[in-house]
Amino acid sequence: MSFLTVSNVGKAYKRYPGKWSRALEWMTGKPHHDKNWVLRDISFTVGPGEAVGIIGVNGAGKSTLLKIVTGTTQPTSGSVAIQGRVAALLELGMGFHPDFTGRQNVFIAGQLLGLRAEEIAACMPEIEAFSEIGDYIDQPVRVYSSGMQVRLAFSVATAVRPDILIVDEALSVGDAYFQHKSFNKIREFREQGTTLLIVSHDRSAIQSLCDRAILLEHGYIIKDGNPEEVMDFYNAIIAEKENATVEVKRLEDGRAQTSSGTGEARVESITLLNQSDEAVEYINVGDSVKLKIDVRIHADLPELVFGYMIKDRLGQPVFGTNTHHLGVEIGRCCKGDKVTLFFSFPANIGLGSYSVSTALHIADSHLAVNYEWRDLALVFNVVNLNRDQFVGGSWLPPQVKCQR
Amino acid sequence: MPRMPDLLMFRALWVYRGFVWSSVWREFNARYRESLLGAFWSVANPLTMIVIYTVIFGQLMRPTLPGHEGTPFAFSIYLCAGVITWALFAEMLGRLNGVFLDNGNLIKKSNFPRICLPAIVTLSALVNFGIILSIYLAFLAIIGHWPGWLLLALIPLVILQILFALGLGILLGTLNVFFRDVGQLTGVVLQFWFWLTPIVYTLSILPEGVQDAMRFNPMQPIIAAYQTIFLDRQMPDFKSLIPFSLLTAFLLILGGRFFLSRVGELVDEL
Repeated sequence: MSFLTVSNVGKAYKRYPGKWSRALEWMTGKPHHDKNWVLRDISFTVGPGEAVGIIGVNGAGKSTLLKIVTGTTQPTSGSVAIQGRVAALLELGMGFHPDFTGRQNVFIAGQLLGLRAEEIAACMPEIEAFSEIGDYIDQPVRVYSSGMQVRLAFSVATAVRPDILIVDEALSVGDAYFQHKSFNKIREFREQGTTLLIVSHDRSAIQSLCDRAILLEHGYIIKDGNPEEVMDFYNAIIAEKENATVEVKRLEDGRAQTSSGTGEARVESITLLNQSDEAVEYINVGDSVKLKIDVRIHADLPELVFGYMIKDRLGQPVFGTNTHHLGVEIGRCCKGDKVTLFFSFPANIGLGSYSVSTALHIADSHLAVNYEWRDLALVFNVVNLNRDQFVGGSWLPPQVKCQR
Repeated sequence: MPRMPDLLMFRALWVYRGFVWSSVWREFNARYRESLLGAFWSVANPLTMIVIYTVIFGQLMRPTLPGHEGTPFAFSIYLCAGVITWALFAEMLGRLNGVFLDNGNLIKKSNFPRICLPAIVTLSALVNFGIILSIYLAFLAIIGHWPGWLLLALIPLVILQILFALGLGILLGTLNVFFRDVGQLTGVVLQFWFWLTPIVYTLSILPEGVQDAMRFNPMQPIIAAYQTIFLDRQMPDFKSLIPFSLLTAFLLILGGRFFLSRVGELVDEL
């Protein structure tokens, strides 16, 4: 059983060449417009309790897709089937009337969500408490800060647990405290079985909330799968605006390795060495380790910067830097050269599985010129062999003193 | 969305009745909310209008209405019967014209039955009409010209007039989203229409040929019916309203069909 089925949805906006074209079209019955397709052949299903993130560059069609799912706009082709009550947070402050008080707006917004006045009245204390806007609730919304509007809008939309919650970028507006609070609320809903559809550019939001991500590009779904994979692919696309040579390789453990770049320089091998210079896959917490990277140069390059990033199991960055920031100059490289780099550091990180992404580029980031970007270039595990037990992502061994 | 059958539209309207009612209530409130004297202004405006028309046209210009030479304030009664009901028509038509454009923000951001919006406009106009009508009735009671049971004849007339304004208004309001000229044009036409309808003057002062041409003004018979009730205190000639009723039915079907066929496209044009 699926909660939300989007089948072959396409959306085209009509573009008329002149002012009179539409009048002409209506009178003659012959089409006088061009169709500007912003979404095409979109099909996916979302099961109950599933959380799906939609990502893509600006103008990829994400917001249009959400609007079609919520029913605010009609698809030109295809259909959307939904079971259950939908609550949508589209461009927050959604239709708040500036002259009405927060309380009145809560009623309007609630009624627009299909709630009855009694239900809204029953939720009112909770909405007031969650939005934390205090006495402002009885002030007109025009005196609210944008953060207050967002908080109120979020509180209304989530006052009654919806079967499907649709969120468009909205959460990035509130402050860090409210973001945490709203993420917790969303997590709570998920545990109770709410289906979630979220648009965000925030990698950590997508990866920590979603079971699945869909990447839109020019109105098409170009990737649908595990959030980490899709996010890697998305980042590669951003880096690859020109010369797109994004490549995805399936690793033995089923994970997808995304690499991209123009290929003037490539990482040939990457190994993690322990103190005795042996290649290892498991390391102990706090061990001194060394990353050894061999880079092969395939063209004459005026400069080269190497960067790496250690990511945790969820793909969240743990630590990343590059030779530019470290103040190391690799200098001019000639075709055929081999450059070997060593990075030594203590593995003061928590237990778990980690991956290393590598990048070869110029200047301080890979966004301008990207020779090679490789995700999941290396995977290693951190285990606790002899340290005191601890939890968390970092190992910060304290000195303990107890005074009486 | 596939074309929504008409019945489904009314069901959706029923489900969202809470939203409609509270919007009407809020609109009424908002009109006078930031004012110190509040509700006083809701009475002051129509009252002013009645006083001005009575003084300027009734007392200063002293037109005579044939057959009512002995009735005090005869012209005021005649005038207000037309002005008040025309005001209801003009308010509905004027606001229905921009109903989708003005609420563009709401339409773009939330999914609710769009038919709620004309319903809100209608009820809201009816509330204003109710206020001004009660002042008018009070005036009639004071001068001893109370129409009595004839007031019941007002009900079908007002309903018919509202349906006419709804049919025409929804048609124009939907058109206005696609062709913004419609809104401007309606404003101009409404002005002409008011002066081309015997409200401030009487039908009988017009030359014969023009009187004949009045047949093509659909608002003339219904305004005349109100004037008959209030001034002559007689049952209006319902038969004269048959063409108007047919036109109303036609406009309702046309407006409704047109609205339903374009409602999906509407949001993309706002």
